[in-house]
Amino acid sequence: MFSYAVFSGITLGGMYALVAMGLTLQYGVSRIMNLAYGELVIVASFIAFVFMTSLGINPLVGLLIIIPASFALNWVIYRILLTPLVARAKNRGMLEVDSILATFGLLFIVQGVLLVWFGGNYYSYDFLNNAVDIFGATIAANRLVALGFAVVIGLGFYLILTRTRMGTALRAVAVDPTSARLVAIDVNFASCFAFALGGAMAAVGGVLVSMFLTFSTSMGVVFTMKALIVVIMGGVGNMLGALIAGLILGVAESLVATYIDPGLTIAVTYVIFLLVLLIKPSGLFGRAAS
Amino acid sequence: MSILKPDFIKPVGLGALIFAALAFLPSLVDSYYMSLAISVVSFAVLATAWSMFSGPTRYISLATVVFFGIGAYTVAVLGEVLPFPLVLVCAGLAGTMIALLVGFSTLRLAGVYFVIFTFGLTELVRQVVSWYEVNVTREMGRYVFLDITQNDIYWQLLALFAVLLLTGFILGRSRLGFALRIIGEDETVAKHCGIDVTRVKVALFVLSALFMTLTGAIMAPRWTYIDPVIAFNPMLSFQVVIMALLGGPRRLLGPLLGVIPLTLLFEVLTASFPNHFSILLGCVFMVIVYLLPGGVVGLYEKYRAPKKRVLATDQNAKTGGSTA
Repeated sequence: MFSYAVFSGITLGGMYALVAMGLTLQYGVSRIMNLAYGELVIVASFIAFVFMTSLGINPLVGLLIIIPASFALNWVIYRILLTPLVARAKNRGMLEVDSILATFGLLFIVQGVLLVWFGGNYYSYDFLNNAVDIFGATIAANRLVALGFAVVIGLGFYLILTRTRMGTALRAVAVDPTSARLVAIDVNFASCFAFALGGAMAAVGGVLVSMFLTFSTSMGVVFTMKALIVVIMGGVGNMLGALIAGLILGVAESLVATYIDPGLTIAVTYVIFLLVLLIKPSGLFGRAAS
Repeated sequence: MSILKPDFIKPVGLGALIFAALAFLPSLVDSYYMSLAISVVSFAVLATAWSMFSGPTRYISLATVVFFGIGAYTVAVLGEVLPFPLVLVCAGLAGTMIALLVGFSTLRLAGVYFVIFTFGLTELVRQVVSWYEVNVTREMGRYVFLDITQNDIYWQLLALFAVLLLTGFILGRSRLGFALRIIGEDETVAKHCGIDVTRVKVALFVLSALFMTLTGAIMAPRWTYIDPVIAFNPMLSFQVVIMALLGGPRRLLGPLLGVIPLTLLFEVLTASFPNHFSILLGCVFMVIVYLLPGGVVGLYEKYRAPKKRVLATDQNAKTGGSTA
């Protein structure tokens, strides 16, 4: 029981960490507070569902299509919807407010479209649903595969950010967009790239989550919320922080769902969020707020 | 005292006259238009209360429905136990408590923490109330049978709106309102002026939440049946933000300019496109954010501003000329 709860918490936490990494990129580098982020996760879940049930494409193969497609989609969203806001914002605070409002509107549009197509029911599909024994706990194979992919993709992402020229440019913009220009970094391009990459991470998270969780059109808000909390807990822009914070959140949630009540998972999230806000609002590994 | 000055008496007197005239509306129109009037007045209270805090501070609250729902739920739980005025007091207390908790944990930090907190708060409160109803009281959904007519609801809302406008008007001329405007312009400057920034923000947030809670409590008898999904519908928070932004949240009467056209629009949209309501609402909102960042009031000021500027530069030129 306990090892099962911990393991399923780690899988869930891995997903949260993966999804939050994308958000921390969008917020940290592009300075866009994206409230529609969770909707993109859910859209990817539904696309994986349609691929699996109607076209017979397995979700792991589907990733090969979904990752570039979501990258392109988010690129377009940034270019069309967010560039005007970036251009008219006089400072970071104004961009934050404008982007919150614009993506809040986007949230309702995406949710509305999903509702028209899929209705309010819960969805799931069968994929690798056979049991596997690990450390005395019986676990569905799809969870293991999802976790494995999350680790590989998260690691690849981390290496891109820390080992490549582009990744270094992104991190430079995250630290200081004005100074980044002085060393010949195209800040607009970097912001757009970071936003698109973050969106692609959301889509990966959505596909992996859909393999082992039931999902519905109204779950996007919850994903956004959890991703935001993980980002704040880990410190904005901090990848390793997001990983650890995601795992903490996943395990705490899973333990409460197993031993107390599955209806209280959001309450757990909020208790953790409140503790972070009261004790260390700059995040577990963040520097002191400026 | 400033209360007896003509620039105070005039607008307040005029407002009192308008509200007195509006109170006779039920004897003029039929029940369909009364229900529309109730929607307009309730959204007017919510949007004005929202702007009272979010306008000057620019902290965007996405949790209007949390307070509205708490008010409605208090009525559903206590409505048959206590007399209605006492129920309203209880609802107000409950709303104040939650607002204090949210305010003190988030308002001393940067605005974005507040937005995030309020963003998920609806989901949290709905889940906790559902959990409580399922596991503790074992009744999901409640009936509200109170002896309150549509006209009573209208008069109560009208009175609430009058009180809200008066509060906002007095606030605009008080030290607290002045402090709030300084915080909105520049928080660091406000701190250096010796303003207790957090306390001012929390006080305003609680005040605005109190009006939202009371609106929910007054509106509850209209539904007869309430469950957590109905009472805590995030769409309401969204509608209130749209209305306030369309009107212009930085003026006391600004939100009203957004409330009237949008309530009518929503009425048409829910009737003609019930399934596409959320999409259309999102589109309306995007248009407002992109094309009317300052709201209708902002637009008006923008087109009136050039004249003023010409006058100012004229005077500068004159004074410049005389000194030279």
